Amino acid sequence: MRYDVAIIGGGVVGCAIARELSRYHLDVVLLERDAEVGFGTSKANSGIIHAGAHAKESTRMGPLEWAGNQRWGPLVEQLGIGFRRVGELVVAVEPEQIHTLEELLAQGLARGVPGLELWEPERIRQAEPNISEDILAALWAPTAGVINPYEATLLLAESAARNGVEVHTDREVLALDSDADATWTVKTAAQTYTARFVVNAAGLRSDHIAELAGVGDFKINPRKGEEYLLDKRVAGLVSRIIFPCPTPKTKGILVIPTVDGTIMVGPTAEDIDSKDDTATSEEGADKVFRSVQRLVPGISRKDVIASFAGLRAEPTTGDFIIGPTARKGFINAAGIKSPGLTSSPAIAAEIVDVLADEGLGLRLRDDFEPTLPHPARFATLSLHQKIQLAAADPTYARLVCRCEHITEAEVTDAIRRGSHTLDGVKFRTRAGMGRCQGGFCTWRVMELLAREQGIPVTEVTKRGGNSWVVRPRQDPVSEEVAS
Amino acid sequence: MTMTTQPRHLASYYDVLVVGGGPAGLAAALGARETGAERVLVVDRELEAGGILLQCIHSGFGLRYFREEITGPEYAERSLEQALESHVDVLSDAFVFDVTEDRTVAIMSPTVGVATTTAASVVLAMGARERTRGAIAIPGTRPAGVLTAGLAQKLVNLHGYLPGRRVAILGSGDIGLIMARRLTLEGIDVVGVFELMPHANGLSRNIVQCLDDFDIPLHLSTTVVDIVGHDRVEKVTVAPVDAHLTPQLDRSWDVACDTLLLSVGLIPENELSRQLGVRMDPLTNGPVVTSEMETSVPGVFAAGNVAHINDLADWVSEEALIAGRAAGRRATGQRVPADNIRVLPGRNVASVVPHSISTDRVHTLYLRVKEPMLEDSLIRLGDVHERKVRALVPAEMASIKAAPRLLEDFHGDALRIDAVPAQEVTT
Amino acid sequence: MTTAPVETTTYLCTGCPLGCRLEVDAVEGDIVEIRGFDCRKGERYARQEHLDPRRPVSTTVTIEAGTLPRLPVRTAEAFPKDEVMRLVRQLQAMRVVAPVARGQVVLDDALGSGIDVIATRSMAADPEADAGDAGGDPQRARSSAV
Repeated sequence: MRYDVAIIGGGVVGCAIARELSRYHLDVVLLERDAEVGFGTSKANSGIIHAGAHAKESTRMGPLEWAGNQRWGPLVEQLGIGFRRVGELVVAVEPEQIHTLEELLAQGLARGVPGLELWEPERIRQAEPNISEDILAALWAPTAGVINPYEATLLLAESAARNGVEVHTDREVLALDSDADATWTVKTAAQTYTARFVVNAAGLRSDHIAELAGVGDFKINPRKGEEYLLDKRVAGLVSRIIFPCPTPKTKGILVIPTVDGTIMVGPTAEDIDSKDDTATSEEGADKVFRSVQRLVPGISRKDVIASFAGLRAEPTTGDFIIGPTARKGFINAAGIKSPGLTSSPAIAAEIVDVLADEGLGLRLRDDFEPTLPHPARFATLSLHQKIQLAAADPTYARLVCRCEHITEAEVTDAIRRGSHTLDGVKFRTRAGMGRCQGGFCTWRVMELLAREQGIPVTEVTKRGGNSWVVRPRQDPVSEEVAS
Repeated sequence: MTMTTQPRHLASYYDVLVVGGGPAGLAAALGARETGAERVLVVDRELEAGGILLQCIHSGFGLRYFREEITGPEYAERSLEQALESHVDVLSDAFVFDVTEDRTVAIMSPTVGVATTTAASVVLAMGARERTRGAIAIPGTRPAGVLTAGLAQKLVNLHGYLPGRRVAILGSGDIGLIMARRLTLEGIDVVGVFELMPHANGLSRNIVQCLDDFDIPLHLSTTVVDIVGHDRVEKVTVAPVDAHLTPQLDRSWDVACDTLLLSVGLIPENELSRQLGVRMDPLTNGPVVTSEMETSVPGVFAAGNVAHINDLADWVSEEALIAGRAAGRRATGQRVPADNIRVLPGRNVASVVPHSISTDRVHTLYLRVKEPMLEDSLIRLGDVHERKVRALVPAEMASIKAAPRLLEDFHGDALRIDAVPAQEVTT
Repeated sequence: MTTAPVETTTYLCTGCPLGCRLEVDAVEGDIVEIRGFDCRKGERYARQEHLDPRRPVSTTVTIEAGTLPRLPVRTAEAFPKDEVMRLVRQLQAMRVVAPVARGQVVLDDALGSGIDVIATRSMAADPEADAGDAGGDPQRARSSAV
């Protein structure tokens, strides 16, 4: 069959586009090279929905950042994505930085971002008593929020799939071609697809995909960001996102109160060569902690429970690359660097407009279902609700993850909804994200993955590919049986 | 185990409810029965009680508590038998997710659903968890194949799967050493054990029998500085460290392996205790406890690795008996004189448990030292008593008894516990 | 007449945390001197380790129809060190059938040593397991039966 649209890339941008297109009578396929959606840049992310004042109005990013911010509000409700609008404080430690705060304020006000205020030290410390005494001023932006970026990505994909989009994982695009009547052929190792339109949402590799399409006029440079997650012990250290004063290159290293109530610090911003290099480093950790201790002196490396690194897709153009190309039917949603997560729902809307302009007929479906069922989260329920839930389904009474109190029912639900790796289950349920980092639940989740999919545990992987977890025994065979 | 009887219903009240069915929980339940508690329930989260001992198939357990050297599974089964023979109820595959100050205990289990019960005394015996990669912040990528030694032990010994083919081990704690031998016996190539400190963290018996016997190299003052691999571990980079434990990256080398086991220490598991608001000791990472092992919340006791990391299951059982007996006494309205001496860790002492004692009876104080003392040493109780020991190392727990006749002068005071070289005192 | 050379072997004492470095001098296999010990236990250990080193051996064997796929076992007493690997290989090829009681002999007179290998736990027969199928991958057999 010929699809109307093939989206290349199952990150938050590709998934948001897929979900937006699923409102219409269209045949859409989303192709993701990894085992599950969101396993690239989207999962290793600071998880910030920016306030809307950061990016310059003259860029593509400026309007999309603020538009995206506003779109997330209803989305998180409909899809059940973990989100808290905690607000942000951009702080100045040097007198000359106050000027930058004033610029951001003016930029935000011009754009219509509500609630922006410049705070004096006294007000800052009243709100955030653990913040450094060296802070001279802060820009308060109540519209900023924190989100679970992996949850956002996979629930966007799930919503799209429920509304008819086909989501195909383990599909690395190897070749792209279009014929005379502008039908595109998209070749992967497993399958070849044909489509009228191809949307390039391939993130770090969107330059490569554009090249395959014959319109490779930009490059994507990976910019690494290391993040460090702290123990729950320090929960409450700050209750708002704390930003240092931004520089032209980066928004700096932040202190983030995550959706789940822990504290995360990061990211670094290091330009590197390899698009696979997600290693954390001693230098990175050092840089992160030295930097955030200037903002919040009580932060300690000894509280780290997990660390990771993600690669931002930094385009040579310095801005988002969104729109049609010289090749008919090939649309870019490329170079989506920060604030990409924030902007993604707005980017998706813009891509739909572009597709319409390019000739894709759009007819709204009247059976579009904007919401997803919100599975019960045992840990968040009242005792009474827990009792009732367990009475209805005893698998809600069997514990899988001791740190986050995740039950068997939640894990099997995640697997039935498409998570088929340890990381996939972890991102969907939080099993394995707590203090013991899977020491307790890894085996239990493996057993459930094996049982639900009818595979031996030796075929269960951490994140697809060659990421096997256990090997079978290879005992010499003997007929000897003792009893 | 064949004799386990899984209770189908949860009673609305127990004299003593024990959270955790490892050696601590089972001994605490036994202790509670000894002092007259009638209704004693152990709640264990695994399919069968026994705790981590069930996967510790090696010998070296029981010399003190059972007067016989046995393996972990034997120790577990005998502890369970003792508890069941004294009519303790054991609820398996069940998890306590909340305890309140009035000792209402919330339990989840497929057999009883989600239910609450109350107890006159609660004993916290959740054991410990292993420190993870995150806790020691090893740089590098995040491939499959980095796991704690205890998880590997569970996979191999209980479920019959192998964690990899070529394994490097970080940390020379006993679990890591034991796993080096265990994996070697299973035909897996163990390429080396890397220890940050200049001394091994495990017992010398395990160095000899788990490493030397199989020519597995032990690299002291060496640590893993990078983990490499996209999907699965492909290699680790290791480097020697200087006197300040800073890695010397110019002297690093690569070790090809598909698995990295971590044996870098245990942390008392006190999520439930913290939720309850029990006062904690940052030195032990466990609750502050009286000589009766009672926490700061009246009627809530702590036993075993929850209170502090023990080196032997035997110590755990002994101490849990104390906690269980006290829990039983409280449930049956018996009293003992309250503590009147505060115990303080002194020279080269990392931590001491319990945190207070009383002048009227004999107490055993359990302690760990900070720095190894490889010569004749003294454990001193204030300036009134000392015990000579041959050597003290951080990996091993030491104990000293405190009797009423020594303690009288400390009534209402603090008693400092020091570990000092014997030579220093005699000269 | 020539005097046979003195051969010195060193051992790490496992008796206590001191970890004494023990030296055993032997001439044509006969011990002539033991040095480096700090107590009688150390001296005894050096003699035993030099003349007849033994180790407690623990491993697991395949168990069919049990609640778990592996049964932990151990030698009833310390086993000659040089034979440990051979014993473990033999146990790897073994299968037992649940139920099993703790202490039950799963292999008697292992390798003709006079030492038995015993089960270190009891294991009931799993009502869900199928004995005929459990050999291949017992965990899987259990899982797929659910």
